[in-house]
Amino acid sequence: MTYENFSVDVDDDGIAVLAIDLKGASMNVWNGALLAEFAAFVDRFVEDEALKGLVLTSAKPAGFLAGADLNMIASMKADTAGDAFEQAFQMNRIFRKMETGGQPAKALQKGQASAKPVVAAIDGLALGGGLEVALACHYRLASDNPKVQFGVPEVQVGLLPGAGGTQRLPRLGGLQNAAMLATQGKPVDAATAKGQGFIHDIVPQAELVAKAKEWAKANPKVTQPWDKKGFKFPGGGGAMDPRSVQFFMAASAMAQRETQHNYPAVRYILSSMYEGSIVPIDTALRIESKYFTKLIADPQARNMIRTLFVNKQAAEKGEQRPEGVGPTELKTVAVLGAGMMGAGIAYVTAKAGMNVVLLDRDVAAAEKGKDYSKKIVDKGVARGKISKDAGEALLARIKTTEDYADIKDVDLVIEAVFEDPGVKADVIKKTEAAIGQDVIFASNTSTLPITGLAKNSERPDQFIGIHFFSPVDKMPLVEIIPGEGSGDRSLATALDYVAKIKKTPIVVKDTRGFYTNRVVPPYLNEAMLMVKDGVKPALIENAAKSLGMPVGPLALTDETSLELGLLLTKAAKQEMGDAYQPTGVEGFLEKMVVELGRKGRKSGGGFYDYPEGGKKSLWPGIHDFYPLAAEQPSLDEAKERLLYAQLIPAAQCYADGIVFDPQSADLGAIFGWGFAPWTGGPMSYIDTVGLEAFVRTAEALAQKYGARFNPPEAFRDMAAKGETLYKNAA
Amino acid sequence: MTEAYVFDAVRTPRGKGKPDGSLHEITPLSLATQALDAVRTRNNLAADGVDDIAFGVVSPVGEQGAVITRTASLMSGFAETVSGIQVNRFCASGLEAVNIAAAKVKSGESDMTIGGGVEAMSRVPMGSDGGAWATDPAAAFDTYFVPQGVSADLIATKYGFSRDDCDAYAVESQKRAAQAWSEGRFEKSIVPVKDVIGEVVLDRDETVRAETDMQSLGALSPSFAMMGENFGFDSVALQKYAEFEAINHVHHAGNSSGIVDGAAAVLIGTKEAGEKAGMKPRARIRSMASIGSEPTIMLTGPEFAAQRALDRAGMTKNDIDVWELNEAFASVVLRFMQALDIDHNEINVNGGAIAMGHPLGATGAMIFGTVVDELERSGKETALITLCIGGGMGTATIIERVN
Repeated sequence: MTYENFSVDVDDDGIAVLAIDLKGASMNVWNGALLAEFAAFVDRFVEDEALKGLVLTSAKPAGFLAGADLNMIASMKADTAGDAFEQAFQMNRIFRKMETGGQPAKALQKGQASAKPVVAAIDGLALGGGLEVALACHYRLASDNPKVQFGVPEVQVGLLPGAGGTQRLPRLGGLQNAAMLATQGKPVDAATAKGQGFIHDIVPQAELVAKAKEWAKANPKVTQPWDKKGFKFPGGGGAMDPRSVQFFMAASAMAQRETQHNYPAVRYILSSMYEGSIVPIDTALRIESKYFTKLIADPQARNMIRTLFVNKQAAEKGEQRPEGVGPTELKTVAVLGAGMMGAGIAYVTAKAGMNVVLLDRDVAAAEKGKDYSKKIVDKGVARGKISKDAGEALLARIKTTEDYADIKDVDLVIEAVFEDPGVKADVIKKTEAAIGQDVIFASNTSTLPITGLAKNSERPDQFIGIHFFSPVDKMPLVEIIPGEGSGDRSLATALDYVAKIKKTPIVVKDTRGFYTNRVVPPYLNEAMLMVKDGVKPALIENAAKSLGMPVGPLALTDETSLELGLLLTKAAKQEMGDAYQPTGVEGFLEKMVVELGRKGRKSGGGFYDYPEGGKKSLWPGIHDFYPLAAEQPSLDEAKERLLYAQLIPAAQCYADGIVFDPQSADLGAIFGWGFAPWTGGPMSYIDTVGLEAFVRTAEALAQKYGARFNPPEAFRDMAAKGETLYKNAA
Repeated sequence: MTEAYVFDAVRTPRGKGKPDGSLHEITPLSLATQALDAVRTRNNLAADGVDDIAFGVVSPVGEQGAVITRTASLMSGFAETVSGIQVNRFCASGLEAVNIAAAKVKSGESDMTIGGGVEAMSRVPMGSDGGAWATDPAAAFDTYFVPQGVSADLIATKYGFSRDDCDAYAVESQKRAAQAWSEGRFEKSIVPVKDVIGEVVLDRDETVRAETDMQSLGALSPSFAMMGENFGFDSVALQKYAEFEAINHVHHAGNSSGIVDGAAAVLIGTKEAGEKAGMKPRARIRSMASIGSEPTIMLTGPEFAAQRALDRAGMTKNDIDVWELNEAFASVVLRFMQALDIDHNEINVNGGAIAMGHPLGATGAMIFGTVVDELERSGKETALITLCIGGGMGTATIIERVN
C-alpha cells in the first residue's frame, strides 16, 4: 500500500519507519489528507501482525511536524455541538488508538493486553499536533540537531493543544511544566524538554532512526505510563493533592493577571488540565476536546488566526508587492543619521545579514549610533542568546562614516535624520549625487508627508517612505508609504527589505500621521480628557489593561512625554491653521507641562511619580487641579470609551482609504500600538460585535462625550446594508 | 412559632494551633466530646435529654470528617438515640450550627438541641478539604477568587484603613481580652480540657498577649503582600476593583485572627422542655439571618447579615446593646463599625479572635456564649452576634437576656 503524504519502510524485523512528507509543502502539518492517511495506517498497524513496531519521523529537512493547518481549523464548521466535538476528537481518537494498540484501557491496566511500540524520532521542529503525536508515542528521541524544538503554540491564536497536549504533557512533565508550555506557547529546546520529562533521550543525528528502531525491537510489548495501574502525576495532580491544589490556585491567579479575562484559551487549558488530572486518560481526552470545541465555536480564535497568523504571514510574504517586479538584491544598505532611529535601523539591518553604511555628520556621531548595536550584542552574548563570533560579525557589518562617497555602492538608502524638511532636503540632494542611478531612497519619518519630501528628489519614482517604530529592534511593525510619484519598484524594494529584517509591513496612504499616528493621539487624548473630567486615573489605567492594552494610556503618555504632546499640538496648530481641529487637551497639556512641570517620565514625572529605585505610582497632586468627579464611570463604561477612542479613528482611516483593507488596519493596530490582540484587531472587533452595534454604540458615545465619537459615514452605510468589513473587502 | 431559649453555653479554652500548642495532643473528637459532656453534666441532662446536635466544622476531613458530631455524641454520655449533623458555613459554622439548633426548636422538630462546633487547626490544617472554589480554574476565574487575606487588605484599601488603624484595633483587642480574663469574665463557660489520663492540659486561652503594643506590631511584615503581588491575586482583585492602583497590604499575624484549637456547645430548647429538665432559660433567640455578598472583597457580609437580622426582629441598630463581630481581620471590624456607625466601646468588649484565636468551626458558638455571659454580667438586654464568611457571606443572630 502506498501513501501520498508519507513513506512506510518495513525492515526484516517488522519495524516500520513512517516518514512524513506532506505533499506540496516544505513543512509537515496536519491537514485533512495527512490525517486520513495516517488514520488508515494506524488501523493497519494495529491489525497487521507482520508489523512489530513503528518509528515516526519526517522526510522534510525543515523539521518533524509544525502543528495543524490553521486554515483547516479556521474553516471547521459543524451544525451541532456534537458534530463539532466529533471533529475535534478525531485526532485524539487516532493517537489514542496508536498508543493503546486498539486495546481497551481496562485490559492494559490489568496487564492482560499491551500495545506495539511506537517511537518518535524527531529531527527539527515538533510543534502543536507535531509534538502531540510524539507524546502519544511510547518513546521519544530527539536528534542533537540544534534546530530541534518542542512546543504547543496554539494559545497564541486563541486555541488549546487539542490532540492530547493538555493531558499527556502534565502526565509526563508535571502540571507546572506543562502549563508553562501550553499557556505561554513558547517552545523549548531538546535539553529542556528532556529535563522536564517530555522526551526520553537526545542522540546523534545520524543515529536517530537506528536508535529508535533499536528501542522498538527491545520493547515489543509496551503500555503508556498512564495506562498502567497506580499511575501518578509527577509532582501531584487532581483536586486533593496539596501540591496540585496550590499549583492551580496560583496558576489561575497568574493567568488572570496575564490575560485580564480576555483569553478563554488560557482558562480552558487550565480547566482541561485540572479536570483531566482527576480522571483517567480516555475521559480526560474527551474533556480536552470539549474545551477545544468551545474555543472553535468562539469568533475569537478565528479572528486571532486570521490576523495573527494568516494575514500576518501574507503581509510578510509580500502580498502588497506589485506584480512584475523582480526581487531586489540587498547586500548593502546606507542608513543616514545615527540618532535613535538610525541606530536601531542599522542594528536590525546588520542583524538580518546585510552590510550597513551608517552615516552621520561626523564619524563620532556615527560611532555613537553603532554603540547601540554593540550594547544589544553585548547583552545578547552575556545572556547566551548570540555567540561571540556571530556578535562580532554583526558589528563588523556596520561601517561608520561621515563621507557620502562611502555610500556610492549601496543597494538601498534609508534616511533617518532629524524630522525637519530642510535637513531632509539637504540629505536627499547629497545622497542622490553619490548613489547609483537606480537605487531606491527610503525616508523614515513619522510626521512628514512623503510626497512633499519627494519634491527634493531628482528621482521621485524611486522615493518612498518607511515608518519604523521606536525602539526599532523591538517593534514588529513597519508602515510603508508610497508618495504620489513613487513607482512600483520602490514599493517592491521596500517590502523586500522589510521581509529581510523580518518585520510586518502594512502599506498606507501618504497623509499626516499615516495610519497608526492618526489613531494613537486621539486615544491618548481621550485618556487625558477623562482625567480632565475627574475620572480616577487608576480606573483609566486599569480599564485600558482590562481591554488588553499592554500599558495604560497615561503611563504611555508619560513615556512619550507630555512635553512632546504639547509640542506636536502646537506644531499641528501652526501647520494646519484654520483646518486645525481642537482636541480639547491643548490647555490641559499647557497646564501640566508649563505650569505644573509634569512633563513626563524622563523629566521628573508626569501622570506618575517615579521614585528612584521604587515602583512608579500615580501622582496624587493632580486632583488639586482636576478634582475627582463625585460620580465615577463603571469599569465597563471606562473601557468602552477608551476602546472606541481607538476604533473610531481606525475606522475613519479605513473609510478614508488611508489603510487600504481591514487586514492592514488590524495588523497595524496590533503590531503598531499594541491594540488588544485577542480581538484580532479593530476591524475584526467591529465585525464581531456587528457593524450595526458598533454604529449604535459610537453614536451613543458621541451623544455623551462629543462628535469625535461619530462613526464614519461609510460604516453607517455598511451597517444599514447589513454588511461586514471583511466580506465587503474580499 | 415556638420560641427558642438558650439554657447554657460552654467552650474549651483556645490552644495555640501549632505543634507546640497545648491542645495539639488532644483529638478534635475528644474536644467535641468534652464540650458535649460538659453541657450534659452541668445541667444534669438525661442521656436522651436532647434530640439533635449540630456542630460546625470547616475542614471536615480526616479525623474531623465523617460527621464528627455523631461520633462525638456516641463517645459522650448521650444516648445513641440522639442524632448529629455536621455543618459547614466556613467561619460562621459555629453560629450557623447554633441557628440550626434554634431553628429545629422553633419549627417544632426538636424540643432540646445543641449547637456548637469544633476545629483542631493544629491537627487538621485549614484548607485540608480542598474545594473547587480556589482550585478549579473555572470557579477561580468566574468568581475572581482571591485568598481572604488579600480580601481583608482590599477592605482596608477601599474603605481607607491604614496599617496604624488596624494595629491600634489589634492592641485594643489584646488589652480587652487580657482584662476580661483577669476579671474572670469567661469563667462561667470555660471547660478546661483534659487529656486521656484525666489531667487538665489547658484552662485558659493560650494566645492572649497583654503586652502587645503598636511598636511590637509595627515590626511585623504584611502577610499577604508576597502572595498578592507575586502570584497575581492583587491583579485579580484590582480587575474587579479597578478604581484602585494597588492593594494596601496592612494585615499581618498580629492584627489577624490566630490559628487555634477549640470546641464549644450551646444548649437550646423550648421553655417547657427546659422547665421539665429543671433548667432556667438565660436568653432568647430574637432573629437569625444569613446572606451572600460580593465574593472577591468577601468579608463585608456582616453589615448586611446584621441588617437583615435587625429587620427580621423588627429592630434598629439602636436597639442593640452589645455587638460581637468575629475578629477575622482588623479591617473587617473597622469596616463594620464604619458601615453601621457603631462605637468601638459597644463592640467586642471582651476582645476577640485577634487575641484569643479563631478555631474556625467553633468560633461562632464560642462568641455566642461569650455574649450570653456578657449580657448577664453587664445587665444589658440585647446583643447581635455576627461573623464574616469565606466566599462572601454573613451570618448573624440577635439574642436578648431573659433573667
